[in-house]
Amino acid sequence: MTQAPIISFKGVNKIYSNGTVGLKDISFDIPRGQFLVVVGLSGAGKSTLLRTINRMHEITSGEITIEEEPINDYKGQSLRLLRRKIGMIFQGFNLINRSSVERNVLSGRVSYYPTWKTLCGLFSKADREMAVRSLQRVNLADKLYTRADELSGGQQQRVAIARTLMQDPKIILADEPVASLDPLTTATVMDTLQRLNREDGITVIVNLHSVALARKYADRIIGLRAGQLVYDQPIAAVTEADLNKIYAEGAEA
Amino acid sequence: MTYPEIPRRSWVQRWHVKGIGGTVVLLVLLVASSQMTGVDVGMFFSNFGQFMNLLVRMSHPAWDYTTVIIQPLLETIQMAILGTTIGAAFAIPFAVLSASNLIHSRLLRNVTRLFLDLVRTLPDLLLAAIFVAIFGIGSTAGVVTLAIFSFGMVSKLFYEVIETIDMGPLEALESVGASKVTIIWYAVLPQILNQFISYFLYTLEINVRASTVLGYLGAGGIGVFLQRSLNEFNYSQTAVIILATLVVVLVIDGISNHLRRVLL
Ligand SMILES: Nc1ncnc2c1ncn2[C@@H]1O[C@H](COP(=O)(O)OP(=O)(O)OP(=O)(O)O)[C@@H](O)[C@H]1O
Ligand SMILES: [Mg+2]
Repeated sequence: MTQAPIISFKGVNKIYSNGTVGLKDISFDIPRGQFLVVVGLSGAGKSTLLRTINRMHEITSGEITIEEEPINDYKGQSLRLLRRKIGMIFQGFNLINRSSVERNVLSGRVSYYPTWKTLCGLFSKADREMAVRSLQRVNLADKLYTRADELSGGQQQRVAIARTLMQDPKIILADEPVASLDPLTTATVMDTLQRLNREDGITVIVNLHSVALARKYADRIIGLRAGQLVYDQPIAAVTEADLNKIYAEGAEA
Repeated sequence: MTYPEIPRRSWVQRWHVKGIGGTVVLLVLLVASSQMTGVDVGMFFSNFGQFMNLLVRMSHPAWDYTTVIIQPLLETIQMAILGTTIGAAFAIPFAVLSASNLIHSRLLRNVTRLFLDLVRTLPDLLLAAIFVAIFGIGSTAGVVTLAIFSFGMVSKLFYEVIETIDMGPLEALESVGASKVTIIWYAVLPQILNQFISYFLYTLEINVRASTVLGYLGAGGIGVFLQRSLNEFNYSQTAVIILATLVVVLVIDGISNHLRRVLL
């Protein structure tokens, strides 16, 4: 018997308020523990797809289920609990620059506390230790008390990953996490994501522009064009020619 | 291959209608208003003698009066600090409610801003007169006046700061599942804190100066003594008060300028 998918899209459409089609009739399943890479031209809808999964974007019609629960109607507390189990990594890192690395990492844990405790910074000893361990996993424990804006881009992205680890996530969404990094730091960040996928069984979904990276890290590649799912293959079946076709502007699929 | 056509500038852009029009309107307004209000620059020079006369009479400061005015001077500073702090504290929630990047409800934002605009249109002297009538002569009236005056001014400065912040960290905290208040505390506050303190100090500077004038209306502090000495034509005391106030204002300005340079 096959396991139920962790994420499932069923006929999902997203039309932005200005009429732009973000997603068009998207249906597919993501099995638990997969390393999925999403490719497509700029404006194809990759970010839109990712952001519907943690409801940073609302969909117009269709249904998304996560662990077999429809998420469309979540709000307030249930929405925050949904987001807690989904980590998100951004192209621009989105750290709080003026705060310490420790505070940035701990901020990934706030959804486990009532608001007043987060305001007073009353994190448990266990969680402070967890912050150190998360930083150790991205090889940055020595930067605990450094200000976030004193780190290099690659280090900042790894702090962002440590922040995500504090959520104890089942899913990590990464929207072009290495687009602003050099090749060497790109490798460390991607390797970190791969390790979390393999060691912790976290389902990872990454938007990438680089075909080479996609082939190196993915279990499966899906391709978007103009909001539509135009490609979906396990990595063993992916050919260079397929990927070139996704990126060939105006070409027929 | 066809190239898309280069868009043409509209005639408004081509003839710089906005820039030229704006300058003309400004000039007309300037000339018209100086004629209508009947400002007579000549009078300033012809009555200059009286001014000199006053200066001569103030040129023998009664130095032993200094000990008397230290207490009211301190009271003036305390009034300014208290009033600014109370005003700024109340300004923070209102600034958040007015910031378009935090509050998506246009109605709520506009109602808050309208309220703040109303507060700002109240002149501080009018406020002082009202509160002296309510609380009687003394520093309570001064503190309340300064608090309201600072509230109106600071809330606008604050929300403009909030509107310039980087939204990335807010997005990250939202994706983590943080509540609205936690998001503001973690992602907004660190970005604005220094500018807030800087504006607070700037307002404090203004309030130290303003509170001398308010005291004149009976709202406590050094102004009360200023008024008394003037009424008694005791210009040698007036001179001491003015000099002492000047020193205090200079010191406060100096400290606050230094702190703001360190912060920004
Ligand atoms: N907030 C928005 N309002 C209106 N249209 C939007 C909005 N965000 C994105 N779009 C549009 O939706 C489409 C898909 O955008 P999306 O950001 O998902 O693309 P993408 O594949 O992530 O591109 P990129 O590689 O440049 O990041 C684009 O046409 C874009 O212009
Ligand atoms: Mg994108």
